Amino acid sequence: MTNTSNGTPAIEFRDVVKRFGDNVVLDKLNFSVAQGDRVTLIGPSGSGKTTILRLLMTLEEANGGLILIDGDPYTHEYKGDKWVEIPEKRRRVVRNRVGMVFQQFNLFPNMTVLENIIEAPVHVLGLSKKDATDRAEQLLEQVGMPDKRDARCTQLSGGQQQRVAIARALAMDPEILLLDEVTSALDPEIVADVLGVLRDIARTTDITMLLVTHEMQFAREVSNRVLMFDHGQIVEEADPETMFTNPKHERTQEFLKAVLGG
Amino acid sequence: MNEDSIWSWETAWDVLPQLLRGLVVTIEATVVGMVIASILGLFIALAMRTPTRWVRGPLRLVVDFIRMTPLLVQLVFAWLLLVDIPPLVIGFSVLGVHYATYMSEVYRAGIEAVPKGQWEAAIALNLPRARTWRAVVLPQAIRNTLPGLGNYAVSMFKETPFLFAITVVEMYQAAQQYGALNFSYIEPLTLVGLLFLLVSYPTSLLVRKMETRLA
Repeated sequence: MTNTSNGTPAIEFRDVVKRFGDNVVLDKLNFSVAQGDRVTLIGPSGSGKTTILRLLMTLEEANGGLILIDGDPYTHEYKGDKWVEIPEKRRRVVRNRVGMVFQQFNLFPNMTVLENIIEAPVHVLGLSKKDATDRAEQLLEQVGMPDKRDARCTQLSGGQQQRVAIARALAMDPEILLLDEVTSALDPEIVADVLGVLRDIARTTDITMLLVTHEMQFAREVSNRVLMFDHGQIVEEADPETMFTNPKHERTQEFLKAVLGG
Repeated sequence: MNEDSIWSWETAWDVLPQLLRGLVVTIEATVVGMVIASILGLFIALAMRTPTRWVRGPLRLVVDFIRMTPLLVQLVFAWLLLVDIPPLVIGFSVLGVHYATYMSEVYRAGIEAVPKGQWEAAIALNLPRARTWRAVVLPQAIRNTLPGLGNYAVSMFKETPFLFAITVVEMYQAAQQYGALNFSYIEPLTLVGLLFLLVSYPTSLLVRKMETRLA
């Protein structure tokens, strides 16, 4: 796969293998994402898109190959010929650069909105409570929820929860943001709010974004690159314009036809 | 038969202060026992999650042993073994340890009921393991365990009469002593039953309310 960046890619997969039992999800996958790129992963379910995000967040363990973040080995490395796990302590350093927003939000229900957002900045980055709170308030403003600071997460609607989750991820100042079907669990009428927030972030920051989504229109607006996956392999990659209007590969054409209902 | 011979208000009135003193002991034993059970139970539940089999195996054995033998036997056994320790201390300790083995199951279920997404969010935020437990998992798990904790508190409360076997003068023992001295058991024992009900019924109502609120 081509690497469009000048310099070290933000994300690089080298021969990454992931199996669940006998089911090979990723079979020696290679690709890289340049700093500041916005890449959308599309493809039928089971094609390995979400697995890629989960590997990048260390929620899954690869069975082979290397994952590099800014050129640094993340979960495994080769010592001579041996493929070895990188200890948690070193993983943590790299993991700090990666943030994730989940389909199911996964806010901590035992905390208020503010507590959710400042938890990691205070206990991971070592920010003072005051600095973290100031930053959290800015972020809440940015996601359009300045008045919900002290609300319990359980009192919020799905769309509001997801916006808090986005603020929570941004509070860690990630270089890379992973978005895993962030609108799939939302009612159609609030999807637009959440996408609006993400559009703003894409416009105003240079965070590298990797997103799995079924919102093709959104993918088209936000991303500069689209990767089409099937059976754990990239079957096609292109800029969104080309991908959505003039796909080359037959699998892509079938898939887009199915999701766009055309 | 004369009505007075079955129930005498005078006797009831006479025994009540002693019974109330016994009730205080009963409640003391339950509260301290429950504190021990809920702290020790949590540690057992956490220790059972360690990956080392050398911790889990023996612990499992001990826990099963305690659960599979009667409380009364454990009380008397500990009392005979530990002669220098006051009976009440042995009483709430044994109650606490006995119930800790049950509480550990409640905690285990409570911990497992915390959704996987919570752990994943903690990893995504790079929270250290210890902080994840303390700030995210345990607060939610313990919330899940509150009804179980309440239920065991009520049932421990009702088992405190076993303490009579190791000479602790709790409510039941106080009634027995009075009965033996005055040859009237009906009033003291009836009052004991009522006093137990008076404490445990509202408590169980509270637990039930908690259950519906947390559900």
